[in-house]
Amino acid sequence: MNFPKDLKYAKTDEWVKVEGEIATIGISDYAQSQLGDIVYFEFAVEPDEEVKAGQAVGSVDSAKATAEVNFPVSGTVLEINENITDDVEALNQDPYGKGWLAKIKISDPAELAELMDAEAYEAYCESR
Amino acid sequence: MFTPHTPQDVEAMLKAIGLSKIEDLFQEIPEQYRFPELNLPPALTEMEVNQDLESIAHANGNTSELLSFLGAGAYDHYVPAAVDMLLRRGEFYTAYTPYQPEISQGTLQSIFEYQSLICSLTGMDVANASHYDGATAAAEAVILAYHHFRGKRTKFLVSRAVNPQYRQVIRTYMRGNSEISILGDDPDTGIDASMEKLIAQIDANTALVMVQYPDFFGRIIDYKPLAEAVHAAGALLAVSVNPTALGILTPPGEFGADIVTGEGQPLGIPLSYGGPYLGIFAVTNELLRKISGRLIGQTVDAAGELAYVMTLTAREQHIRREKATSNICTNQGLMALASTIYLSLLGKHGFEQVANLCYQKAHYAANQIDRISGYDLAFPDIPFFHEFAIRCPMPVDHLLDHLRAYDILGGYDLGKDYPELEGCLLMAVTEKIHKDDIDLLHDALLEVTHG
Repeated sequence: MNFPKDLKYAKTDEWVKVEGEIATIGISDYAQSQLGDIVYFEFAVEPDEEVKAGQAVGSVDSAKATAEVNFPVSGTVLEINENITDDVEALNQDPYGKGWLAKIKISDPAELAELMDAEAYEAYCESR
Repeated sequence: MFTPHTPQDVEAMLKAIGLSKIEDLFQEIPEQYRFPELNLPPALTEMEVNQDLESIAHANGNTSELLSFLGAGAYDHYVPAAVDMLLRRGEFYTAYTPYQPEISQGTLQSIFEYQSLICSLTGMDVANASHYDGATAAAEAVILAYHHFRGKRTKFLVSRAVNPQYRQVIRTYMRGNSEISILGDDPDTGIDASMEKLIAQIDANTALVMVQYPDFFGRIIDYKPLAEAVHAAGALLAVSVNPTALGILTPPGEFGADIVTGEGQPLGIPLSYGGPYLGIFAVTNELLRKISGRLIGQTVDAAGELAYVMTLTAREQHIRREKATSNICTNQGLMALASTIYLSLLGKHGFEQVANLCYQKAHYAANQIDRISGYDLAFPDIPFFHEFAIRCPMPVDHLLDHLRAYDILGGYDLGKDYPELEGCLLMAVTEKIHKDDIDLLHDALLEVTHG
């Protein structure tokens, strides 16, 4: 299981990569391994939309489950990964790379403090 | 009696929805019908009841005794006896796919075949396992389009030449959603076959445009220009079809339909007041995950044997209730099976032949009637399938009464729904009508009109 050190993690198994005021969001390696073969991803947002922490990025369907992916922090959507609809396997194969889902401009940096670092998230995953 | 709720449960639920007593839930029903006093006669024997009911039933006319030119959404086609025979087999005679559906391979195979037949008929990529009827399938197209744009497009254009009852059902279905507007069928839009006025109403807020094919007046309209306008605005095109017509017409999938719905009754289901009928629903691959109901797929099992599985139920309520867009599951399974058997018995050429017979006979009839002085085709320059509107020289209700004296059901009075078609009669001709029947109708019209 891969827990990159430079990312922050939400309890609902999303990762956030912060670069200045931009946050890139995706699902963690743990999340994809729990879901199994992912067959579909559907976005619930579009670029330019204002989003709140906890709001759905979209929903993911796998062979054995369906789940919501949520924004760990609030902001304005800059870009969504349109390729993911056609290349949904990337969520399983490369969740931290090609499997990214959305980029947002963070509106409330204080929310980042609520997230876990890699070590805490790894412990959190092991405890479940 | 099974009483799942305690009085406390009931009270809590009523309070949550702001009502004080259960009776308040029935406000929709006019008061005099709500709790009627039933003045039933003393009990009768089974034989007496049977005789009683038969005499009541005899008050109704039926199409095996009458010569019927009535269509307007439901059509009197011949249903081969084998359809009913196979339908009533114990293995099939339930509308439901069982929970743990894979145990019922025969049921899944029949749904798979139904879906495949509907796809090849409509030219679409995927079909679900059916809706209640043509009207509710049309309403589901509106619901699909609403969710497809995630509620961001709120305008739904429904052509005025779509069956008036379908338009009513769409409005009933969508009544709880105050954000959307259903437009396109106000009298100002007219019933012009050019679609110009409908096209002019398409904008960036338009989610769906719906037309009927052939339209309510039986007309065959080239919807290609409309499809282009719809897609240029990023909207979806829904086409409500008469499946019989697709035996000879270009399937909507070939002229740009995103959703095809339709009344499946003409495919082996007898005329019946109130159904059960069959709602056809098919879409392009892009909308695959948005359709309600279920999709059955063909695969191989662990031993390499052919097997059928429930492939996708993306919008069914047992998957994710809050994401479900409809409570439709297998729905009209038995009716879908009837149409599957019907289409299989006829085969590709047989079905085409039925469509051709309808077309030819309807054109012979239209021609004969058009020749009678005072009777004119309402849309003389527009091609039609097996139904056509005739402008009559007397009020349509009088004409229909006169024809009943000849044991003829003349058709549908269009003035009821279209003020500009006051005096117009909509007539349908199926393969069941013989040339002699049409000549009989011709003579009856002559006598009624010109003595």
